[in-house]
Amino acid sequence: MSAGAQRWYRPRELAEALAIKASRGADVQPIAGGTDLMVAWRLSTAPMPALLDLGAIGELRGICEDPDRVVIGATTPCSTLAADARIQRGWPMLAQSAALTGSVAIQNRATLGGNVMNASPAADNPPVLLAYGARLHLASASGRRVVDYSGFHTGYRQTIARPDELVVAIELPRPAEATTVWYRKVGTRRAQAISKVALAACLQWQGSRVIRARFGFASLGPVPALAGALAHRVEGCDPGRLDAGALAQAIDEDFRPIDDVRSTGAYRRQVAINLVRGALGLA
Amino acid sequence: MSTDITLRLTLNGQPVECVVDPTRRVLDLLREDLGLTGSKEGCGEGECGACAVLLDGAMVNSCLLLAGQLQDAALRTIEGLPTDDPLFEAFARAGATQCGICTPGMVVAARALLDREPAPSRERIREALAGNLCRCTGYVRILDAVEAAARVPSGRAS
Amino acid sequence: MGWTAADFVDGGSGPAILARMDQSSPATPVTRSPVIGSAVPRKDAAEKVRGRARYIDDLKYPGMLHGATVRTRAAGGRLLGIDFDPAVDWSSFVVVTAADIPGANSTGMLDGDQPVLAADRFRHSAEPVALIAHPDRARLREALAAIRVREDAQPRPLFDIDASLAAGGGLCPGNTFRDYLMSHGDLAAGEAQAEVVFEGRFETGAQEHVYIEPQGMIAHVDAAGVLVVEGSMQCPYYVLDTLAAVTARSAGELRVVQRTTGGGFGGKEEYPSHIAAHAALLTLAAGGRPVKLVYDRAEDMLATPKRHPSRTQVRVGARRDGRLTFVDIDFALDGGAYSTLSPVVLSRGVIHAPGPYRCPSARVRGRAVATNHPPNGAFRGFGAPQSIFAIEQAMDGLARQLGISPLALRQINMLRPGDVSVAGQAIDSATDFDAVLAQALAESDYLARQARHAAFNATGGRLRRGIGLATFHHGAGFTGNGEVVLASEAAVRARRDGQVEVLASSSEMGQGNTTTLCQIAADALGLPVERVTQAPVDTQEVPDSGPTVASRTCMVVGLIVEQAARQLRARLIDEAALAREDMSAEGFAAACARWFDARADAPALEVHARYEPPAGVMWDETTFQGSPYAGYAWATYVAEVEVDLLTGEATLLDFVAVQEVGRVVNPVIAAGQVEGGVAQAIGFALYEKVVRGAQGEMANNRITNYIIPTSADVPPIRVFFQEQRAGTGPAGAKGLGELPMDGPGPAIVSALNAALEGTGAMPLSRLPAMPEDILEATAGVHRTGEAA
Repeated sequence: MSAGAQRWYRPRELAEALAIKASRGADVQPIAGGTDLMVAWRLSTAPMPALLDLGAIGELRGICEDPDRVVIGATTPCSTLAADARIQRGWPMLAQSAALTGSVAIQNRATLGGNVMNASPAADNPPVLLAYGARLHLASASGRRVVDYSGFHTGYRQTIARPDELVVAIELPRPAEATTVWYRKVGTRRAQAISKVALAACLQWQGSRVIRARFGFASLGPVPALAGALAHRVEGCDPGRLDAGALAQAIDEDFRPIDDVRSTGAYRRQVAINLVRGALGLA
Repeated sequence: MSTDITLRLTLNGQPVECVVDPTRRVLDLLREDLGLTGSKEGCGEGECGACAVLLDGAMVNSCLLLAGQLQDAALRTIEGLPTDDPLFEAFARAGATQCGICTPGMVVAARALLDREPAPSRERIREALAGNLCRCTGYVRILDAVEAAARVPSGRAS
Repeated sequence: MGWTAADFVDGGSGPAILARMDQSSPATPVTRSPVIGSAVPRKDAAEKVRGRARYIDDLKYPGMLHGATVRTRAAGGRLLGIDFDPAVDWSSFVVVTAADIPGANSTGMLDGDQPVLAADRFRHSAEPVALIAHPDRARLREALAAIRVREDAQPRPLFDIDASLAAGGGLCPGNTFRDYLMSHGDLAAGEAQAEVVFEGRFETGAQEHVYIEPQGMIAHVDAAGVLVVEGSMQCPYYVLDTLAAVTARSAGELRVVQRTTGGGFGGKEEYPSHIAAHAALLTLAAGGRPVKLVYDRAEDMLATPKRHPSRTQVRVGARRDGRLTFVDIDFALDGGAYSTLSPVVLSRGVIHAPGPYRCPSARVRGRAVATNHPPNGAFRGFGAPQSIFAIEQAMDGLARQLGISPLALRQINMLRPGDVSVAGQAIDSATDFDAVLAQALAESDYLARQARHAAFNATGGRLRRGIGLATFHHGAGFTGNGEVVLASEAAVRARRDGQVEVLASSSEMGQGNTTTLCQIAADALGLPVERVTQAPVDTQEVPDSGPTVASRTCMVVGLIVEQAARQLRARLIDEAALAREDMSAEGFAAACARWFDARADAPALEVHARYEPPAGVMWDETTFQGSPYAGYAWATYVAEVEVDLLTGEATLLDFVAVQEVGRVVNPVIAAGQVEGGVAQAIGFALYEKVVRGAQGEMANNRITNYIIPTSADVPPIRVFFQEQRAGTGPAGAKGLGELPMDGPGPAIVSALNAALEGTGAMPLSRLPAMPEDILEATAGVHRTGEAA
């Protein structure tokens, strides 16, 4: 970056923000609520990058529902999601996870797009987005694209978003008929915890059989991720006939959770197994 | 270092204009530049709530907020609550303050709640204050105080 | 020698001090006004609720510099040098190393083994080696990053109590700072009589205080050349002593001022002396310019002491009918790298280790062990929560083995009047532990809930419930002869208009003494509490009433204040014609005016009093027998929990805390002490785990990762007081502040074990009982899926 380049942008129009990203790319860091970035800067000795504040761009905020989906503006704060009747009714796990994203003060600032772009493995809303089959709307000066969220995170804190792109919206399809959902975040305490394990499960049923399963997990690996092997194991089965060992085996195929300052790999694995049992109505 | 900007906001009901580094933490702006030391720094990472302020009426942690993000906003700090806010009397009477370092943030959090929900249940108060850590009281009397303040007839400015 | 005289306990005539004082002013019948016992609002509340109270970081001075501390990384070794990156212009910085210390390079405390700044060898990570200061706070961070401490790290640092004992040396002789033995009765006989013996090992972890205000000081040299240090602290005279030694200045050239202190809990007992010394060294190097040295949370958690981790081996034996015959305890604390306060934490832990139980023979060995952890130190409870956890769990274990309920075992063995404790102390006639226990059982509906939980758990769901109790007592004031050595002093001072000030170094850190000491003085003076305030704590203005620790402020300092206040009133009666029966504020003010009118040149009407314990050997440090404390508060705490077998998460459903505290001076403040202590102990029991890095440093040194309870985690805490009015403090009060730290840990773990009964889980034996531990204890169940 050139010396003397502008260090702070606060555009009111999305087009302006995209133009800045087009010209400066990765040199400029978008910021919305700042609840993750501010902490990261505090922990780092690196100087703060140039910032692109998205907070004044009205078109990035809001919730819009139609019969097939809901589209959520990227800078919509968690508190809005938690309190929104449409979200509570149609996508209740998102209302729950938004209400468990840090404290009230955090929820008033933290945005859904920020939670996705920050790409923390322990992020609160991504498991839910994964379970609902979310799609991300990415925009750049050269156009828009819509991608499946399930392929968005490519590695620890890495995503497929290009340096000139911003996430502008998150789209959640309306769950199919006969779908049940189950969400649980496990931290040490009840409020404003960082998850040790979180599971959001979306199960579509036909009689006693699960015909479509999506298990979105946080804190089990380097990125929030769907448990593919587990879903494969469950789909087509009556959960009551599933062998506990088989579930554990599938989870072991999907994840190798690690020890860190917040918990142990062994605990995360066991809880993941137990939560899946809970989601399947076995516990 | 950043180029300074001219920041215009309403601070505690008064229009304020200042030239400031937009990447300065609002907590530092308040405490060091403006002398408003009622907002405290307990952790610097949005966990303890001692620096809580009201941004356009919503409680936020000023340690996680940048000065540039205040442009055109209305900010209220503990110093900007009305002198007769019933929370003050309720906190003092209930024994809701001990060492006092969390108290301004706690009062701000309670004000944010009562402005939205004038008669919250004890459970709602618990949830709403869960981002404000207190190490002295065990929270019991803080919950009592917020309940008591909620019973004070409304009509006061806030 | 000992001041915990038998006449405190046996005489039935009340504390010796009161008796003596009444002789000195025999005709001062002070009728009790209702000030003591009333819920006077805190005097500091108005300022605090509005955010107007000024804490150390709220203060700034013209030309002030900001300080920072350069620390070691390795867990001990030799310092080879300190490199300052030549790319930085250091001329605008003030830099201090050990070579710049004018006096002793020691923080003082008991053994004086800890340097202010490491000079050659160091023993732990985060040990201070140099200090820097600069006018721009923002530049300190990059400067710290540009300083490299060259270390020759010692090869095998010791982080485990037993490994350190086995190593046998390296840190200090035997790697043992202290080795105490408390013996009582004939252990061999007790063992021979035992028909059932329980044996167990119990552990407690380090605990961080997390006062919400991090530590900090500002130092400067004033126009008169006095070195002034102000900040957040519990013990201004400790700070003064350290400053005198480190700066080689006399007390007259030093001044320590306590500023509004945002919580202490023991964490600001000893470490503020270090920070004060550091700030002082910086200001001296900066020509007296003010230097602010305030830690951020990460540094505070990394550098300052924690509660001592402990491990306790317990053997306890009983006859089949449940009567204890012996208890044999090996108690060890991880003192960390320097001895600091470990010897006195250890002695309190040893004395409390046998619990409040009658036992004809006992042996308690206690060791404070040196390791390469940063030193551990004072934390509310001071060793007692650790050893009480062990004995309470051992009692539960013994009850299981005997096939009787934990409650019954306690009822059989509880100390009662006429008994002698394992420490050799006679139990006074005002002790009614059965009443405390009975109220706790009634308020918690203990037996009915126990039955209900058994039925609930029998349905085999993923949630399990349990109820558990702990019975315990906590001695108030310094242990043993400590108060004799302290010989604390306090004063009251009347103004011409009848306004009175309490002068004491007892420091308000939230616990309420700026209100309660005024209540005590007002009560003795017959004044409304509004007429009394506590003077700002400033070593040039107030006498040394001792450190603000050990649950001693109300009981010990309060007694001195009461004595001084009574003497003040007596002087007004004698010297200014105050009528004995006149208990009005107006009459008092008029007498003050008369007193000053008659003495035009009198600077002040000020009366000092000193704690003067009676003579006699009451506590023998070598045998650990005698009367270690002037009084004990007695308590039963009951916890009710729900455990989720899916996650190991425990939720407290209810908590009942019943205690006999002699006399409640202020019911709101007293209840607040208990509620806050219980919440802190809930954290100790369920959430708060210090995770160590490779160098023994606290790896989770952020509030984000070190989890303390929020308002959503704390159950209803129901607090009940019994008042026998027979304590040695004013109006019969006893110490209270630390008591609530002792009981929740064992009560909660008992409740957890009750909840997990029938799942095949091993009884939990470690604090904190994290979800990881609980799940591990039940893991066998889950692997087979039986409980699901």
